[in-house]
Amino acid sequence: MNDYTKYLASRVTAGGLSRREFMGRAMAAGITLAVADKLFTESAEAAEPKRGGHLKLGLEGGAATDSKDPAKFLSQFMFCVGRCWGDMLVESDPLTGAAVPALAESWEPSKDAVTWTFKIRKGVKFHDGKELTIDDVVATLKRHTDKKSESGALGVLGSIKEIKADGGNLVLTLSEGNADMPLLLSDYHLVIQPNGGVDDPLASIGTGPYKLTSFEAGVRATFEKNKDDWRSDRGYVDSIEVIGMNDATARIAALSSGQVHYINRVDPKTVNLLKRAPNVEILSTAGRGHYVFIMHCDKAPFDNNDLRLALKYAMDRETMVQKILGGYGKVGNDFPINSTYALFPEGIEQRVYDPDKAAFHYKKSGHSGSVLLRTSEVAFPGGVDAAVLYQESCKKAGIEIEVKREPGDGYWTNVWNVQPFSTSYWGGRPTQDQMYSTAYLSTADWNDTKFKRPDFDKLLLAARSELDEAKRKDMYRAMAMMVRDEGGVILPMFNDFVNASTKQVKGYVHDIGNDMSNGYVATRVWLDA
Amino acid sequence: MTNPAPSNILPGLRLRQRFPLLALILERFVLSIILLFAVSILIFGGLEALPGDFATTYLGQSATPQAVANIRQDLGLNRPVTTRYVEWLGNAVQGDFGTSWASKNSVSEQIGKRLGNSLFLAGFAAVISVPLAVGLGMLSVHFRNRLPDKIINVISLAAISLPEFFIGYLLILVFAVKLGMATFPATVYDSMGFVERLKAIALPTATLVLVVLAHMMRMTRAAILSVMSSAYMETAELKGLGAFRSIVKHAAPNALAPIINVVALNLAYLVVGVVVVEVVFVYPGMGQYMVDAVTVRDMPVVQACGLIFAAVYIFLNMIADILAIVANPRLRHPR
Repeated sequence: MNDYTKYLASRVTAGGLSRREFMGRAMAAGITLAVADKLFTESAEAAEPKRGGHLKLGLEGGAATDSKDPAKFLSQFMFCVGRCWGDMLVESDPLTGAAVPALAESWEPSKDAVTWTFKIRKGVKFHDGKELTIDDVVATLKRHTDKKSESGALGVLGSIKEIKADGGNLVLTLSEGNADMPLLLSDYHLVIQPNGGVDDPLASIGTGPYKLTSFEAGVRATFEKNKDDWRSDRGYVDSIEVIGMNDATARIAALSSGQVHYINRVDPKTVNLLKRAPNVEILSTAGRGHYVFIMHCDKAPFDNNDLRLALKYAMDRETMVQKILGGYGKVGNDFPINSTYALFPEGIEQRVYDPDKAAFHYKKSGHSGSVLLRTSEVAFPGGVDAAVLYQESCKKAGIEIEVKREPGDGYWTNVWNVQPFSTSYWGGRPTQDQMYSTAYLSTADWNDTKFKRPDFDKLLLAARSELDEAKRKDMYRAMAMMVRDEGGVILPMFNDFVNASTKQVKGYVHDIGNDMSNGYVATRVWLDA
Repeated sequence: MTNPAPSNILPGLRLRQRFPLLALILERFVLSIILLFAVSILIFGGLEALPGDFATTYLGQSATPQAVANIRQDLGLNRPVTTRYVEWLGNAVQGDFGTSWASKNSVSEQIGKRLGNSLFLAGFAAVISVPLAVGLGMLSVHFRNRLPDKIINVISLAAISLPEFFIGYLLILVFAVKLGMATFPATVYDSMGFVERLKAIALPTATLVLVVLAHMMRMTRAAILSVMSSAYMETAELKGLGAFRSIVKHAAPNALAPIINVVALNLAYLVVGVVVVEVVFVYPGMGQYMVDAVTVRDMPVVQACGLIFAAVYIFLNMIADILAIVANPRLRHPR
C-alpha cells in the first residue's frame, strides 16, 4: 500500500470519504478493483468511529501571552484550540488541498474571478443558541479586513475591496481576480463569530464541535462536546483537554507514560528513540513547510547567477533529509512548491548534488575567496548542523563556506531578510499563488531573496485570475522554472510534520494543509478503549 | 552589608539610641525601597535597549507593515521613554501593572495566579528542605568525618553537581514513565483540589529539595563547625555537656546568622530561579510566565515579573539581615 492509498484509507476511517469516492481515487492511483474493495471494507470496519472518552493533547507553542481573539491566533496551541470551537466558511481537503464547503455551502466566481458569491449554510447554531446569520459572516470578515485590524489574516485578505450581504449570500468584490479566493477563507484566523466578534472578541463562541469550558493562556484549555453541532462526521470524543508543553522532553515523557494521547513537534533527533516505546505511534505527514538557504539576488557576490547555480549544485539534498530531518522529509528542488499543492507542476527535473557542475559554475562566476553564511538554531531545528553539513559538501566542489552562528534572539530582525546569505524556513501557504506572492513577488515585504523580475510578477498576476486549470498549471510551471534556475533560494528539503500519539488514538487524518491534521486533530480522532 | 553613615538629624539620632533594633529595621526597609526603585529603572531601561520591539516580534513572519504600525500606535510606543516610565511606575506603586500587550488581560490578575502557583511550589519545597537541611547539617557535624557524615556529604554533593533539569528528567523517567507512580505533567489549574495539587507538585518539589538541600546543609555544617572550634565550645565539652546537646544548645544559635543567610538565598532561588524546573514539569508559575513574555517582548508582563522578582529577592534578604541582627546582638551596635 503506498502513501496515497494509506491517506485514502485513513479518510475512509475518518468517515470523510464515501465508498464511491474511495474506489474512484484508489483505482485512479493504480489499484485493482478487488484490492480497492477489500481495502475499503477493512478500513471502514477496522475503524468504525467510536464516540466518547476524554482526549488529552500535549502541545508545544502555547504561551502566557496567547490571546483568545481569533484575529490574534499565532501559536500552534491556539491554532489547535481555535479549530475545536470555531468554523471557517471554507475548509481544505486533507488529501488534495482543494477548497471544500464548511459554513459556506457553495460558491460561484464571476468570469474574471473578481466577484465571488458564497451561499451561507442555514440552520447552524452558535454555542450560545443564536442562529448563524449572514450578518455574522459579514461582520467577521469586516473585522479582519479593517485597515486598523491587528488580524493575522489581514495580509491574506488584502485584495478584498467590498464585503456585502445579498439575500442569504455573501458577496466579495476583489481589487483583482483571484481564483483561490475560497481557499483563502480557510485561514485559521477567520473563525466566524457572533456579530464578527466585535462585541467580545475573547468570548470563544463559535459553531464548532466543542465548547470551550476553561482557558488559561499557555497552560490549559478544556472543551466539552457541542450537542448541537451541525456536522456528524467530527467531534467523536466527549471532552478535550489541551495542555501547553513547551519542553520537548516533557512532551515525550507525558506521551510515553500515557498521560496524554497526542503530542506535536517531535524532534527528528529523538523520533527513533520514541518509536521504541510500545504504546506509541509516530504520525508523520508530508507538508509544505520548507527549510531554505537564502541568497540576496541583488547583493554581491550573489548577484551573479553562476555563483547562485554553483551554490545550488553544491547542496547535497539527500544527506540533508537524512541527517537533519532524520528521514522525515522530502528533498526540495529549489522552488517553494511540492506535490502537496494543487496544480503542482510535475515533471521538473530533480536537481541533485553535483560537485563538478558546481565547480564549473563557480569558476565561471569568477568569484574567489570564501562565502559567508549566517545561521542560527532558530532558523530551523538543526539549522547550524545543516550549515556545517553544507560547508562540507561545498568543500568537495572547491567552494569555501564560512559559517557564522548568530544569536537566536533577534535573528528575524537582524539577519533574516537583512544579510545577503542566511538560513531560514517557510511554513508554506495554502496556495501556490500565496507562497509566491509572499516571498517572490518583486514588491513583497518578505521577498527574502530579493528576487525581482517583472516577467515573473506579470505571470503571477495572470495566473491568479486564471480560472482555466490547465492554463494555470502551465503558468505555475514557468514560474517554478524561473525561481529554480535563476532565483536566490536554495531549497534542500520540505520537512514533514512529525507528531506522535498513543495507540488508542484512531482515525488520524494526515492532512497536507498544515500541522496537527491542519489543526483539526482533536475534532477528527476518536479513542479506542 | 555595611551601614550608611549615621544621620545627624536629631530625632533620628534619638530614635536610634532609644530603639536601636527598630531603627536598624527601619533603615533596612528604606534602603530596600530605594534599591527597588533603582531596579525598576534598570528593568525599564534594559528592556528598552533590547533589539526588536513587541510589534515586530509578536507578529513574526506574518507581520505586515500596516499591522506593525497599528500595534505601535495602539500601544503608544511612539511616546518618549521617560513619559512611559513615569506612568508605569505610578501605576505599579498602586499595584496596577497594566494589561498584557499580547493577551490584553490584566497583568496583576494573571500574576496573582502565577505568583500563587510559584509560592505554593516554593513554600512546599521550603517546608521540606529547610528543616531537613539544618537537621542533616547538625547530624553531619555530630558524626563529623565518620560514615554518616560522609554519606550525607557525598549524596548532597552529587545532588548539587547535577543540573536541575537532569534531576527532573531522572525523576520523571523513574517515577512517572517507568513506575507510573507520580503525576506528570505537574500542570495545576484553578478548579483543582488541594490533594490533587499536592500530588501534581510531588516531583517538582522533590527536584527543588534535592537542588537546594546540599547548599543549605553544607553551609549549616561549616558554620557550626567553625563555632565548634571556639573556646566556649571547649568549655561546654569540658563541663561534661553531651556532644549533640552542645551542638543544639550552644553551637547552633551562634551559627544562626550564616545559616539564615543561606536559607534566605535559597528561598529566593526557589521563587525566582526555578524557570527550568517549571518548564520541565510544565508547571504554570512565574518563571514560565516571564519567559513567554520575554519571547514576544510583552513589556508590561516582563516589567512586572522583573519588579516582583526583585522585590522577593530584596525582601528575603532584608528579612535575613534583620533576623541575623536579632540573633546576634553584637550586630546592633555598629562600631
